[in-house]
Amino acid sequence: MKDIVEQNYSSSQYIVLIFCRLLIGWHLLYEGVVKLMNPNWSAKLYLMDSSGPFKSFFFWLAQDKIILPVVDLLNQWGLVFIGIGLMIGLFARLSAILGATILGLYYLSHPAIIGADYLLPNEGSYLLVNKNLIELASLLVIYLFPTSYKIGIDRLIFKKHE
Amino acid sequence: MEDKNIDTRSKRFSRREVLKGLATVPFLGALAYGVYRKKQYYNALNHSLLEELDFETEERKDLELKSDKKIRIGVIGYGSRANYLLRSLGFAHPDYVENMIQKAQNDEGWSKRLQNFMDQDNLGVEITGVCDVYDVHAQKAMEACCNIYRRGRNGQMGKIPNRYRTYKELLRSPDIDAVIIGTPDHWHAPIAIEAAKNGKHVYCEKPLSWSVKETYDAREQVKKNEIVFQLGHQNRQTDSYHVAKKIIEKGALGKISLIEVCTNRNSSNGAWIYDIDPKANRHNIDWKQFIGQAPWHEFDLKRFFRWRCWWDYSTGLSGDLFTHEFDAMNQILDLGMPSSVMASGGIYYYKDGRTVPDVLTMAYEYEHKDLTLLYSATQANQNNRGRVIMGHDASMLVGSTLEIKADRNSTKYKDKIKRGEIDPDKPIYSYVPGKNKVDAVSSATEKYFAGRGLLYTYRNGKQVDTTYLHLKEWLYCIRLNDGTQPSCNIDRAFEEAMASHMGTISYKEGRKVYWDYENEKII
Repeated sequence: MKDIVEQNYSSSQYIVLIFCRLLIGWHLLYEGVVKLMNPNWSAKLYLMDSSGPFKSFFFWLAQDKIILPVVDLLNQWGLVFIGIGLMIGLFARLSAILGATILGLYYLSHPAIIGADYLLPNEGSYLLVNKNLIELASLLVIYLFPTSYKIGIDRLIFKKHE
Repeated sequence: MEDKNIDTRSKRFSRREVLKGLATVPFLGALAYGVYRKKQYYNALNHSLLEELDFETEERKDLELKSDKKIRIGVIGYGSRANYLLRSLGFAHPDYVENMIQKAQNDEGWSKRLQNFMDQDNLGVEITGVCDVYDVHAQKAMEACCNIYRRGRNGQMGKIPNRYRTYKELLRSPDIDAVIIGTPDHWHAPIAIEAAKNGKHVYCEKPLSWSVKETYDAREQVKKNEIVFQLGHQNRQTDSYHVAKKIIEKGALGKISLIEVCTNRNSSNGAWIYDIDPKANRHNIDWKQFIGQAPWHEFDLKRFFRWRCWWDYSTGLSGDLFTHEFDAMNQILDLGMPSSVMASGGIYYYKDGRTVPDVLTMAYEYEHKDLTLLYSATQANQNNRGRVIMGHDASMLVGSTLEIKADRNSTKYKDKIKRGEIDPDKPIYSYVPGKNKVDAVSSATEKYFAGRGLLYTYRNGKQVDTTYLHLKEWLYCIRLNDGTQPSCNIDRAFEEAMASHMGTISYKEGRKVYWDYENEKII
């Protein structure tokens, strides 16, 4: 942790990294808020639209009466907390890695493999790489190049005695 | 040591330090404001679209059954459709259940199907009699009807129902309260009439009748003997049709001038070329009874198993498939009898000796309602033309879901289209079963899934089979015993059968056929 925390980036590096953190945080938080605001929202339809090698796992999630509500809650609140965490720089590294995990699950349920045909997302053409994967990779960058110790609440929490 | 550290640290938070710590927090406020503005925009849009149509689409309540007394049922005709009907009542052949159990071991879909079948409510019925002119079917019916515990092969069975050689014997039996008629078309009305005369309640597969005359007789006898009658149009139970009716009554479509319905099939099964059972022969089929009122013909297995292909036993596309469409529209729009019909078509693809057409177009005029109902069918192409109700202000696509698109030149929506609140290329309302509110701005997700038919009719939040609900409604009325008739009662059945006969007569005679409202006659 220490070596990462005490990295010194140039100002422009900071600006770009924080900008990325804000953008992804904004996106994930809004996705979470939208799901919370829609009383009819459920991950079920998305899960049932799964394809690829792991589809039976996602079908199982969608069809289990006990697991599905848990998946729904984790999705809604997970996105909200990860989004807030990234935006205000609160436990930003943890948020980044959790966000990458969630995006990884989205990717595995809807991998952009040849022959897979999805109802959603209904935009863009992809070959193996899709926007989920790019956002995931960006979160890994944010995880490995933290900025919240400089700009963010983590600065106040993890402040070193100097 | 640790405590001291924290203490010192908090004291050392400078103003600059705090500012750096909280620098990105204002973006949260920006997002919150953005969310608020976006929600406000869509609320306003939704409100403006729904202002004329503000109603809750309540899920229809499940009918409560008082099952203190079992209703004893007789089954007449046990072909593929009656097979399905009995499964909806909870009686499946042990082989069928066995097959489901085997498949369920490795397949989640089948496992779910098996579970649904096992969980299905017991409707408080027992099957006490079966009748089929084909010994193999009669035997299968008996085996299915005693499978009261829904078991596979070698499972525990209940009492085996009696087999009756003729429908008249079955109908005279005192241990039968009601009958399910699943015979070929030319037997529907004679059996329904005889059942009514014997005071047995009737669930009859569509269409009500094979000839015009027996349609009057069936209506008369059902009414005279006060039996509970339900015609087998299970789409009466489809939620979206009830919502469609409400929406149209609110005037969302404007003046309706044209309705287009269709049949689109492209398989031998869809063209009624069913398999011929290798076990069937002249010794195990009561051919004379099968022929009944139809013109005499020598024993012919093709005619027995593929009876839908001959006018002698069938009502063709008009009676077999158009009736579904007619009943759907009669349910939504209370159409009643058409003033005239013009039909044309031919046998264009299946040159297999059939006498009924495989391509048919029929135009039904409703002069008093100023609209046309247009039906087109082919059994050799699957292109779906949808089921569309067209009004001056909007069109409604009716399926298990509903979709309404405003018309570009609508009067009602003119201002909203001008202001950009309505895009004629996008649906303005959509209804998806299981949701309790009509949503003007529904999500893309739901529309896509709805399009794939992944959504069904719901009761108490559970997905259910409409045939099961239709039978349940019939049994409910029998138990009520106060004169209440189910949704597809004998009057609706009369309209359905007569409208279909009008089309058939027009096709056969190549002329326009009219309905005389005063004398209730086809002219």
